[in-house]
Amino acid sequence: MNQSTNQSLSQRDHLLLKIEELKVFYHTDEGTVKAVDGINIGLAMGERLGLVGESGCGKSTVAMAIMGLIKPPGRIEGGKILLEDVDLTRLSEWEMRMFRLNRISLIPQGAMNSLNPVSRVKDQIIDGIKAHNQQLSESELNSRVYELLESVGLRRDVARMYPHELSGGMKQRVCVAIAISLHPQVIIADEPTSALDVVVQREVMETIGRLQQELNVSIILLGHDMGLMAQFVDRLAVMYAGKLAEIGSVKDLFAQPLHPYTQLLIASLPTLGKRGVFKGIPGLTPSLVNVPPGCLFHPRCPRAMDICSLEVPALKEVDGRQVACHLYNSEVLI
Amino acid sequence: MSYLELRNVTKVFTGGMFRKTTTVAVDNFSLEVDVESPFIRALVGESGSGKTTIALMMLGFITPTRGEMLYKGRNFQKLPRKERQIFRREVQAIFQDPFGVYNPFYKVDHVFDVPIAKMHLARSTAERQALKEEVLRAVGLRPEETLGRYPHQLSGGQRQRITIARALLMRPKFIIADEPVSMVDASLRATILESLIRLNRELRIPILYITHDLTTAYHLCDNIIILYLGSIVESGNVEHVIKNPKHPYTQLLVGSIPWPDPSRRWGEGQVPIVVDREASGTDNQCKFAPRCPFVMPICRESRPPLFQLNNDRSVACYLYKDKPVAESSSYLF
Repeated sequence: MNQSTNQSLSQRDHLLLKIEELKVFYHTDEGTVKAVDGINIGLAMGERLGLVGESGCGKSTVAMAIMGLIKPPGRIEGGKILLEDVDLTRLSEWEMRMFRLNRISLIPQGAMNSLNPVSRVKDQIIDGIKAHNQQLSESELNSRVYELLESVGLRRDVARMYPHELSGGMKQRVCVAIAISLHPQVIIADEPTSALDVVVQREVMETIGRLQQELNVSIILLGHDMGLMAQFVDRLAVMYAGKLAEIGSVKDLFAQPLHPYTQLLIASLPTLGKRGVFKGIPGLTPSLVNVPPGCLFHPRCPRAMDICSLEVPALKEVDGRQVACHLYNSEVLI
Repeated sequence: MSYLELRNVTKVFTGGMFRKTTTVAVDNFSLEVDVESPFIRALVGESGSGKTTIALMMLGFITPTRGEMLYKGRNFQKLPRKERQIFRREVQAIFQDPFGVYNPFYKVDHVFDVPIAKMHLARSTAERQALKEEVLRAVGLRPEETLGRYPHQLSGGQRQRITIARALLMRPKFIIADEPVSMVDASLRATILESLIRLNRELRIPILYITHDLTTAYHLCDNIIILYLGSIVESGNVEHVIKNPKHPYTQLLVGSIPWPDPSRRWGEGQVPIVVDREASGTDNQCKFAPRCPFVMPICRESRPPLFQLNNDRSVACYLYKDKPVAESSSYLF
């Protein structure tokens, strides 16, 4: 029985993207790194889902797997990624190319480095459109570029500029324009504002949020900034060491985090309260080569019990959300 | 006499291969560091506000275009070699990237051994070892778990704390920390910030904490300076400035912090973002005027001086023009 996909059927029918038991391993000389080890996530139409975790928890690997960009030594070892009943993991490279940008697109981390420095903004936007739609005339393409630039809040004359003439926030907006250029159903934003200042971050996120509503696309926002998650997403999935620790509505999660890891993550956030109080999470993320037995969080967990070092907790429904922790074993039985 | 002082410094970068372009990175900025009353100060601004240029000038790595840096009352440029060597030991830096500091081919011991040898800090191998272990313990690391390892075997947080230990090794009088936690996971930030606080409280070392993150500045620092395009727009006690910002730019900054509370709407009730960005910063207008929602005619006519609101707050904005102009442009803590 698969406990983790126990969303009600009606809900499942409306899911646009379903990730089922996804496993992505990297085969290195030192051993197999289980970067993503059996995760289940559903994404509804028009939903904003956050995927949060420390560096190395596997969140970017999930994004790459959805985009079909896992490269050796990485390999998808199992599971499905269903976009409206098409399993992306089974598509050929050619078929996957038809999906990228068109149905699923990526706003990459670090816009500074993802644009081609020797190509004008216009050409970089057109590039993707042309690859999918060859019939468009020059003037149609031009008007599409202007329309896209305006929708992300950039002036038309940005079209003929080179990336080095733009600020970080403007470059990130160009990446957003490229990502929405073919009206995809799903946009994956991988820490889209991690290199930007707070004001620019707010501007870019407001732009992404507005476009998300206008186009009714679903967004997966990856990151480690819980503050940004609190302000942007509807539902939040917390990842730890390649597995999901907890997933639920962002309001519930912040009001009453269930998993001890989520509790520590939220407690470690700076607030405008008493100054000079720093709370970290003791210990380090485990190496994913030699994973400890049992729950991967137990060496750092303040509430670890005997069972935690023996048995891997399954993700189960508790209070309207899902959590993978032995603390909630009894509640399932009721 | 202050220990280290930037007096009305301006730094202009010129560049461009065919067309000469000039960028005023720091504009008539003054700052004094007093070692008698060691505070942690935050220098906050967006990218391009000149905060790293200020750090590099204070470290003596770049020379101001105008104005001067004084070290113990003497012009840094005119210091004899021997005293510069002392300055190099006494003023230490912690940089942003905990990966770039290390040479991957050397064990982490290397970052300690080089300064110990160059600065003649130890006379014997045993003394050297003892010194390394002492500074590592001071930042909360266990020497047996860190020494003898290669950088890739340590986490980002551990590596950043080793760079703090390295700075500590020199018995510094002043530490400049340029975005020390921005590349470290949130869960590991606490340990680094705690190490910095301990250096300040226990060893009484003044720290200049450079960041664009107001939330860590709020928790770590005593005072704060907000920079905008190379000039101070607001300065004062960190709690007062962040809880009750006066300058429209500071209000915009504080309003843009994504607080980890879903019930609090982002930027609600705050200064709206003015997207219109005309060429900002002709000499005779407020640099923030093109983005300011409260812009007045006077803002376009002359640049506002720092107005002294009270003992600990000065703001460069004509909204407060009925207040007295701050006596010195230098920001004293």
